[in-house]
Amino acid sequence: MSLLDWFANRRKAEPTNQAQPERDISDGLWTKCDACGVMTYTKDLRANQMVCLECGHHMRVFSEERIEQLMDADTWIPLNEQVSPIDPLEFRDRKAYSDRIRDTQAKTGLTDSIQTGIGQIDGEPAAVAVMDFRFMGGSMGSVVGEKLTRLIEKATAERLPVLVFCASGGARMQEGMLSLMQMAKISGALERHRDAKLLYIPVLTHPTTGGVTASFAMLGDLIVAEPKAMIAFAGRRVIEQTLREKLPDDFQTAEYLVQHGFVDLIVPRTQMKATLAQLIRLHQLPSAKVSASTGAASLNGAGATRDTASSSAS
Amino acid sequence: MAPTKRKPVLLDFEKPLSELETRIDQIRELAENSDVDVSGQIEQLESRASQLRQEIFSGLSPAQRIQVARHPRRPSTLDYIQTMSDEWIELHGDRGGSDDLALVGGIARMGGRSMVMLGHQKGRDTKDNVARNFGMASPGGYRKAMRLMEHANRFGMPIVTFIDTPGAYAGVKAEEQGQGEAIAYNLREMFSLEVPILCTVIGEGGSGGALGIGVGDRLMMFEHSVYTVASPEACAAILWKDAGKAGKAAEALKITATDLTQLGILDQTLPEPLGGAHRAPLQAAETLKQALLDNIETLSQLAPAELREHRYQKFRKIGKFVEAS
Ligand SMILES: [Zn+2]
Repeated sequence: MSLLDWFANRRKAEPTNQAQPERDISDGLWTKCDACGVMTYTKDLRANQMVCLECGHHMRVFSEERIEQLMDADTWIPLNEQVSPIDPLEFRDRKAYSDRIRDTQAKTGLTDSIQTGIGQIDGEPAAVAVMDFRFMGGSMGSVVGEKLTRLIEKATAERLPVLVFCASGGARMQEGMLSLMQMAKISGALERHRDAKLLYIPVLTHPTTGGVTASFAMLGDLIVAEPKAMIAFAGRRVIEQTLREKLPDDFQTAEYLVQHGFVDLIVPRTQMKATLAQLIRLHQLPSAKVSASTGAASLNGAGATRDTASSSAS
Repeated sequence: MAPTKRKPVLLDFEKPLSELETRIDQIRELAENSDVDVSGQIEQLESRASQLRQEIFSGLSPAQRIQVARHPRRPSTLDYIQTMSDEWIELHGDRGGSDDLALVGGIARMGGRSMVMLGHQKGRDTKDNVARNFGMASPGGYRKAMRLMEHANRFGMPIVTFIDTPGAYAGVKAEEQGQGEAIAYNLREMFSLEVPILCTVIGEGGSGGALGIGVGDRLMMFEHSVYTVASPEACAAILWKDAGKAGKAAEALKITATDLTQLGILDQTLPEPLGGAHRAPLQAAETLKQALLDNIETLSQLAPAELREHRYQKFRKIGKFVEAS
């Protein structure tokens, strides 16, 4: 598939994206909150970043929406969009993996469960990755590993902070051990980024589990989470089965992880952009600030091509 | 290594073999009580048994290999360490409040060289297995492993790890103490170490719990060992919605040494004695020892920066995808 075809497909798929069954009440004008049941005018809910106006419940948002919420207008430069999954094991469960990939791509308009790119957050340049739970439960296979590793390597070379929005059921079983090894590959890239004394902040959103929790989600210099996000290594059901006992209600929530010392901050979505920008600024040396603002100026130039824009961000 | 006087544990696919062996024993017993010369007959039967064993073990399915890898008599981390090393002192504790018995480690001398050895430890019997949590390490186990690896790094000792776990422990306490963080930390920090790291799957390698001590310069596996992203049982329950499909999942997940070599993950396969490592543990230990010493010799030639660069590149290239242009 050429890149153009892919864009065309994605555009075709867009109407389906907007009709999320879990949010859509008949015509989509109104959305019911999963937590309090109150109906809200969808436009108002979107304006509030899908956080319930009534009870503050954070409804799921997908990658495009997240990027829009986070990045300054016209600064997002997507990277490696042409990296796409294949079926290396010829895996077939109840459905062939190759069919699953094709169907999910058509349904979501995504190539895989992660989008990566470079842009600005409140004027601060950053390398950003956003996982997307719609694509096979945000599972991590070769594409997630490769795109994240390339992003981190680029950030290390260009001295940028890395932010990763996690949302994942864990390693993608359909790619077998190749998936498990991505945990090591990404962690290796993070080691080099860290060695260069650069800032890495994972943002844990609902749900962050399994192999993602046991690798890049827990490797932040600082770790941020959305309220009530479920964050776990082993799923609740697995533990309940082994122990045959009921677990406390707040078990494995973001709040539980703060209590046990594994998360620094819980940040409501509506304050996420401002908080992340503030954290990035707090880590800048006085000299670095100058080059960041230079980068900001050229990135805002309307005619900036992809190449010049990304090099000016360094 | 423990003497194999105990009654052998037979796997279901070894049944034709065991029947043959029982017959050989019976004939021997009969011969002892009579003057008939049966040596020719016994020799013939024994050669048939050996041939049959060869046939069975050369064509094991992934599910059968898991049975061999999980065999209760399969040599464990401490069995190998104690057999291979000239000196061994086990060390304890993560310095954070725990000493996990499911992940053991210490300093050994082997081939005239000091090194840190560590690995998952399954129990040798039921009671021991309970104490060792069936080889499922807790966060404290991974932190103890990291502490020992940092020690090795400081004193310039190679690190040798033995992987043999169904997976990292999944329980309330493990979650509370940060199982994910403990494994993640090891994955990252093992890339920073400046001494050779050799990892060997001696039994079963279960997911993140295996990888938590599995980031090295060389990955080796015994012939009948397996290494999986998720246990076939869990995979079957999730993808097939039927735990009974574990055999199918084991096949599909590509978990054998041959599969992992093809996928570019495994560097070296170690041959096992006929019938599995548990049938001739000393021989298996000798194979492992030679392979470890050879690899340490080669890797010791590399400067610390080169070693790190090679390790990074080894993992960097793992993954299969397409890139349309
Ligand atoms: Zn609500």
